[in-house]
Amino acid sequence: MNDSRETILAVRDLKVTFTTPDGDVQAVKGIDLDIKAGETLAVVGESGSGKSQTMMGMMGLLAGNGRVTGSAKYRGQELVGLPLKALNKVRGAKITMIFQEPMTSLDPLYTIGRQIAEPIVQHRGGTFKQARARVLELLELVGIPDAKRRIDSYPHEMSGGQRQRVMIAMALANDPDILIADEPTTALDVTIQAQILDLLNSLQAKFGMAVVLITHDLGIVKHFASRVAVMRRGEVVETGTTADIFERPQADYTKMLLAAEPHGRKASPGDKAPIILEGKNVAVDYATGGGLFGKKSGVFRAVDNVNIRLKEGQTIGIVGESGSGKSTLGRALLRLVPSTGRYQFGATNISDFGRSAMRPLRKQLQLVFQDPYGSLSPRQTVGEIITEGLYVHEPQLSRAERDKRAIEALKEVRLDPAARNRYPHEFSGGQRQRIAIARAIILKPKVVILDEPTSALDRSVQGQVIDLLRDLQKTHGLSYIFISHDLSVIKAMSDYVVVMKNGKIVEEGDTDAIFEAPRENYTQTLMNAAFTA
Amino acid sequence: MISFVLRRLASAVPTLFIVVTISFFLMRFAPGGPFNLERPLPPQTMANLMATYHLDQPLWSQYVSYIGNAVTGDFGPSYVYKDNTVAELIGKGLPYSMELGFYALLLALVGGVLAGTIAALRQNSALDFLIMSVSTMGVTVPNFVVGPVLTLIFAITLSWLPAGSWGDGSLRFLILPMIALALPQLAVFARLTRGSMIEALHTDHIRTARAYGLPARTVVITHAMRAALLPVVSYLAPAAAALLTGSAVVETIFTIPGVGRYFVLGAINRDYTLVMGTVVLIAIFVIVFNLLVDILYGLLDPRVRHD
Amino acid sequence: MTDIVTTELPPETASRSLFQLATMRFRRNRAAMAGCVMLALITLFSFLGPYFISHTYDQVFPSYVSVAPSLEPRPDVSSLQDVMEGVAGRARVDLKEFAVEGETFTATVTSDKPIDPRTTRYFDRANEFEGTQVVATEDEGKTLKLTGQVAREYFLFGTDSNGRDLMARVMLGGQISIAVGLLASLVSLSIGVLYGATSGYIGGRVDNVMMRFVEILYSLPFVFLVVVLVVFFGRSFILIFLVIGAVEWLDMARIVRGQTLALKRREFIGAAQALGLTDWQIIRRHIIPNTIGPVVVFVTVVVPKVILLESFLSFLGLGVQAPLTSWGALIAEGANNIQSAPWLLIFPAIFFVLTLFSLNFAGDGLRDALDPKDR
Repeated sequence: MNDSRETILAVRDLKVTFTTPDGDVQAVKGIDLDIKAGETLAVVGESGSGKSQTMMGMMGLLAGNGRVTGSAKYRGQELVGLPLKALNKVRGAKITMIFQEPMTSLDPLYTIGRQIAEPIVQHRGGTFKQARARVLELLELVGIPDAKRRIDSYPHEMSGGQRQRVMIAMALANDPDILIADEPTTALDVTIQAQILDLLNSLQAKFGMAVVLITHDLGIVKHFASRVAVMRRGEVVETGTTADIFERPQADYTKMLLAAEPHGRKASPGDKAPIILEGKNVAVDYATGGGLFGKKSGVFRAVDNVNIRLKEGQTIGIVGESGSGKSTLGRALLRLVPSTGRYQFGATNISDFGRSAMRPLRKQLQLVFQDPYGSLSPRQTVGEIITEGLYVHEPQLSRAERDKRAIEALKEVRLDPAARNRYPHEFSGGQRQRIAIARAIILKPKVVILDEPTSALDRSVQGQVIDLLRDLQKTHGLSYIFISHDLSVIKAMSDYVVVMKNGKIVEEGDTDAIFEAPRENYTQTLMNAAFTA
Repeated sequence: MISFVLRRLASAVPTLFIVVTISFFLMRFAPGGPFNLERPLPPQTMANLMATYHLDQPLWSQYVSYIGNAVTGDFGPSYVYKDNTVAELIGKGLPYSMELGFYALLLALVGGVLAGTIAALRQNSALDFLIMSVSTMGVTVPNFVVGPVLTLIFAITLSWLPAGSWGDGSLRFLILPMIALALPQLAVFARLTRGSMIEALHTDHIRTARAYGLPARTVVITHAMRAALLPVVSYLAPAAAALLTGSAVVETIFTIPGVGRYFVLGAINRDYTLVMGTVVLIAIFVIVFNLLVDILYGLLDPRVRHD
Repeated sequence: MTDIVTTELPPETASRSLFQLATMRFRRNRAAMAGCVMLALITLFSFLGPYFISHTYDQVFPSYVSVAPSLEPRPDVSSLQDVMEGVAGRARVDLKEFAVEGETFTATVTSDKPIDPRTTRYFDRANEFEGTQVVATEDEGKTLKLTGQVAREYFLFGTDSNGRDLMARVMLGGQISIAVGLLASLVSLSIGVLYGATSGYIGGRVDNVMMRFVEILYSLPFVFLVVVLVVFFGRSFILIFLVIGAVEWLDMARIVRGQTLALKRREFIGAAQALGLTDWQIIRRHIIPNTIGPVVVFVTVVVPKVILLESFLSFLGLGVQAPLTSWGALIAEGANNIQSAPWLLIFPAIFFVLTLFSLNFAGDGLRDALDPKDR
């Protein structure tokens, strides 16, 4: 490494071990890291790689059953095993942190002004009153509008992005040497994510502190980091400059990670393909508030007059941020939520179909959910879960026949058929998502609505699930509606894209057209905010 | 704030009304009456008594006149303690019950929160185990066991403290009934505090406070404690209402002239008016303390502030 | 290339359902297991104990009123000796030796002149002795060796002020307290689950009305409600547990409703709807199995609560009627005789407290086993 900058934090052979009822688990297995003054080091890895626990261990923030050994020297001062009093002189003053969950990282019971002032008073002395001027200055610095008024706001009165700005203000309060940002934007919408990262970037340029950016998102790494450390299962597999890592990756794992970025394109089924599912003037209203003696209830329009037309063999990608109504639209098309509009499935007009009229059609219209942990009943075996649809739609099947179908379905999603006698909690997220897909395809449906099916999964697992979905589409001639906030996944999966915002369609068109030449401002903002690797 | 209080008090009126109505008819539809003694009274005397107390009138008119009188604070005469009105009986007994209940509440709250906090901060230590065992005992052992056992040990065997009665009202007389009254609530407070404290110590914002170098004391007292007190404050309302309106058991065991005995005695003797009086009393205490606690909760938690 | 069976399964340990996992965790919890064992022992003692002791709960022993507990049979040797001396005096003989072994006694009596063997009748006349026989005549009839049976009773727990065996009473009290606890919990469970699940699943306006009703019931001073119901509708065993159950269901209803509401939002319910299951199928296959955990945990809270409530009623004299009894009634009796006969308080209190303690530990263990988030 020919970087001449001074190393201000040197981590050597750091280990983090957790004591669990099933024995000790080593989350970090002796890693070395150097952080240099003023640089941005990205620590990147999938869930369970130990990237967060490394930082927590160093900062003395592990859960009660965790221990840290090894060495982490900040400007020559050993942090591991440092008495709390001495450690507290470093934390919050020299090294500060911001966290993933902006909704819960601030104390809901105190104003943000007071919370930002707390580390100032703690490390610099003085009173809360004296610190107020500095707090105001910080709030303006991080771009909180109307800071004079907002200083006395409580966290629950602010949006997620604003809270993360407050956290950044707190982190900057004492002019730190190092700012550790632990997945700072994972919980935020893409457009907000871009704003927060830009803010961090500009603040770093202004104050010159080192930033340690912990993330799973290679796109962010590529755009913001100067150096990268790749972690896997508690070990650092590779370190290098960002350019080196992305262009000349050495470790197999790094190569695999880079390759796991979803790629490929889907060809359009052609104009002549018949329409299989159509919704005209789809609108969904939700009542807000209300109750027996409650306030007058309002109405919130989640989906506002949307037209959508799905052809056989097509994949429509619906993209939007949280609250854009994309999931609700999916459920409305399946007639699972009360909605107005005209709906047509194949040759059947299903606009007026109630629950019982829809029941026979459910076999052909399936849904796969985002959360592979919540969508499987914890008290059923995998076999019971995936054959549940058969129990409704093909009740004449014998037990043995159902079992045979279950085996076939599991094979199709590339799970060992022995899985059917087990319970969901024994499987990983990716495996659970395969189980959920098996449950949908066992009925041999025509249309499957995929509601963020890959959002809860690690990148490498995401790629596998996407491949699986593509293969299934080919073999069974399925039509997909693919709902996601993740543009790179949408790009890889769909041949037609619909961009939604506030319940309305902002823009739609063929995938290439949308990605190459977005017309609407909002679409452009979305594109710019998504950092593709 | 004032409008919140007014609104809450206004909404308490129908609740109180329903409580009174249900209690009134529940009692009247049950067999027996206040003058059905073991030795039946002569029919003429009975008729006179019934007429004196208007019990011979139709039920609905009794109900209407009861509600009418109750609104003006007149809860009628006691049928069994014939020389007293219900208001007098309650007026006489309530100060005793409230004084004892206040000490017991103080003991339960301070002791419980302290014990719970210590247990939470030393989670899974021997001290934690000890505190939790004692509080399990407090929750499981009812005061009609604790009371006599305390008497047996401290009054009879050791002769340190008097066995009962209000005496001159000095602390010596109050210690045993106070402990018997406070112990179950103390145990609940301790368990609540421990649980919510442990939960609070694991929240993300506590991690933030620690990550910013705040000393452990500040983290616990300013951040964890305030969050941990929220469920404790919620429980304060039922606890205060229960303790301050007296306990039939403790007042019986320690022969204390409070109001706690009245509703049992009243119910056993079919003393309709006395029972109704105690029901209204308890309901008012519950409503008032719920209101006070809601205000207090709002002060502690800005998310539910009423302005 | 993707045709191979890719993802590996978790290691081939025996597959366990959540229920099996919970059982495992429960078994590992020593306090909870100890609680279970203790509960089993107390239940056996209460329900099978009466078959192993010779006294019934309503049997009165006029000669043993308020005797203290003892491992020795009653009457003890020295008081038997006193009785024997009295008898000897009446028979005009001198008592030389006297010994009791188990249920038989031997005595040696002498006199200046030969003793008529019929004097044994004097001995049989005493309550304590019977079947007195002459086994040997010595000294030309001036010394007789006698033997006979002694009627001795064991009162390990002592007797109450009516001369009834406290152990038999404690056993009966246990039967009633435990039975009331279980039956009342069952009543509250049935009402609560039905009410809560209905309210939660239907939702909307119906839910609003149903929950408002529960709120009103909450604001009734509920001990008062029980007392009033018991006083006015009688004090039979069945009514008591019905009344307690009818008062205790409110919490259960709220818990089940909360569970149902939370489950309705879970994605697997959505998945079931998307598969086309009917409401009833969803309730049966998904909602009920997933509410069982919290409901079971709550039952372990209700049972001791109900037992407490029953004993509270008994303590106030509103429980089951004499000669039936329950632990609460026994404790009340003990509290009244605390100066003269403290064992009347101590024994029922020990059983009562042990039961509640064990239930508590078992309940805590069950909660930890079913909901292991706190680890």
